[in-house]
Amino acid sequence: MRPLLAQARVETAMTLRRGETLLVTIGIPVAFVVFFSTVHVLPTAGRPVDFVVPGVLALAVMSTAMVSLGIATGFERGYGVLKRLGATPLRRNRLVVAKLTAVLVVELLQAALLLPVGVALGWRPHAHGGGAATVLQVVTLLLLGTAGFGGLGLFLAGRLRAEVNLAAANGLYLVLLLLGGMLVPLAKLPGALADVARALPAAALSGGLHAVLGNGGPVPGESWAVLAGWAVAVPALAALTFRWE
Amino acid sequence: MAPAVDCRELVVRYGSLTAVDRLSLSADDGEVVALVGPNGAGKTSTVESLEGYRRPDSGTVRVRGLDPVADHRALVAHVGVMLQRGGVYPSLGPRRVLQLFAAYYPDPEDPVALLERVALTSVATTPWRHLSGGEQQRLSLALALVGRPDVLFLDEPTAGVDPEGRGAIRAVIRELRSRGACVVITTHELAEAEQLADRVVIVRAGRVLADGSPASLAGGGAAVLRFATARPIDTAALSAALEAPVHEEQPRHYRIDAPTPPSVTELTTWLSSQQAELTELRTGRSLEETYLALVGEADGSPAAPARPEPGRRRHRRPPR
Repeated sequence: MRPLLAQARVETAMTLRRGETLLVTIGIPVAFVVFFSTVHVLPTAGRPVDFVVPGVLALAVMSTAMVSLGIATGFERGYGVLKRLGATPLRRNRLVVAKLTAVLVVELLQAALLLPVGVALGWRPHAHGGGAATVLQVVTLLLLGTAGFGGLGLFLAGRLRAEVNLAAANGLYLVLLLLGGMLVPLAKLPGALADVARALPAAALSGGLHAVLGNGGPVPGESWAVLAGWAVAVPALAALTFRWE
Repeated sequence: MAPAVDCRELVVRYGSLTAVDRLSLSADDGEVVALVGPNGAGKTSTVESLEGYRRPDSGTVRVRGLDPVADHRALVAHVGVMLQRGGVYPSLGPRRVLQLFAAYYPDPEDPVALLERVALTSVATTPWRHLSGGEQQRLSLALALVGRPDVLFLDEPTAGVDPEGRGAIRAVIRELRSRGACVVITTHELAEAEQLADRVVIVRAGRVLADGSPASLAGGGAAVLRFATARPIDTAALSAALEAPVHEEQPRHYRIDAPTPPSVTELTTWLSSQQAELTELRTGRSLEETYLALVGEADGSPAAPARPEPGRRRHRRPPR
């Protein structure tokens, strides 16, 4: 237990001290919520803030689990840190759990900032089937999204050179931001592109969050299925293909 | 008792390249063994096989009787590793990293005392990326020590380290030996091996060219006498007087090759008769010459000035 706790503490501290991480995980999401809630340029039906907050929650998960985790892990691999850890008694699964801990801490911070900012800007979350049920659905969606995006980030980090991985993670972030229904509703995308987008974890997560928080409806089965599929498949793929050095 | 480290007929290939070619070596407790060879000789591949990073393409490696790959979890508690480079979070300072690594082991060294031992106390909180090359190496050494290992693999421990830092690293390695640990180091610096190692294994192109104590390897060839004088001498006259060939290696620096060592008394008598003051005198051969001769010979062109007899050279060490 001691190795895991020590590792989790250090991983969390390093994550919270990286300026570029905080920019992408905290700065950009908060700026998006404030900007797009007050400047009405998004093609959303209804009040922008009601669309923006759930969408940016999905974006926040993607930033933390995929971009921040993936880039940091890629550089650790490049610096030989992961290789060196392989010669210590710290087990790999504990290393992964420690990293996941850091991700969850950042996600809690994100929620603690984004939700009050949204409320301050006039956001009123709908509750489907009561408050507790809504919270449970939202948390489950966010955790599934974390697994899927984390798997994606680690898959890239485990295969690509650190600098290439950096570019790939940022590129994927941009693509999934545009195709993820986070700021731009899927309905605005051309038909074929929207079909592709629907199979991606970004749209599944934002779709689920929009359904339960924005419309107060149930999370579509399709969202659950796509999200769960990614949450299982990509981490498994990452585990199978990861190169430690 | 089985050796602490035992490597038999190890073969490591990278695609079509054979990096290690049926290499055998062993190391005992209380022994410092230096793997010496040019870049690309297969030193790191050998050490990484012993550390469990590479699966041998053939042959067997055992550390404390365990298979470094299959028994990795049991072995890591015994083994201290220093990689050739990197291996540390760039944003963390030495104390933080040592405390973290200490937490991995059941009975670790005290991180603060260990920092003192490798002379890093003054930079305890400086992020790794701002440390000098020597400081990074010393931190890497401290990380290898923190779990109280009894087998250590140190890959080029003094590379890029200033003389003072080298002294600190050598002192730690000697201390490990006196505690009964088995230490395997790699280096391409002969002086390093000569000073530190109980046994030197010269490796080239993945094969062992020689294996023995520094003294036995250095003295393995023909007898050589080297000397320097305050003013130039007539080498032909000296050759005639001693009945042995005398070569001028550099201005006022001479070498006498002979099947039996020429008498030092005869030499000094002759020199004083010529009023040539002796400024330097050395007998025997240095490890460096043996090394250059062996490596050069394996290349097909002797690199040393005097081509020595093969001496204790063994192309392949028979398994024990």
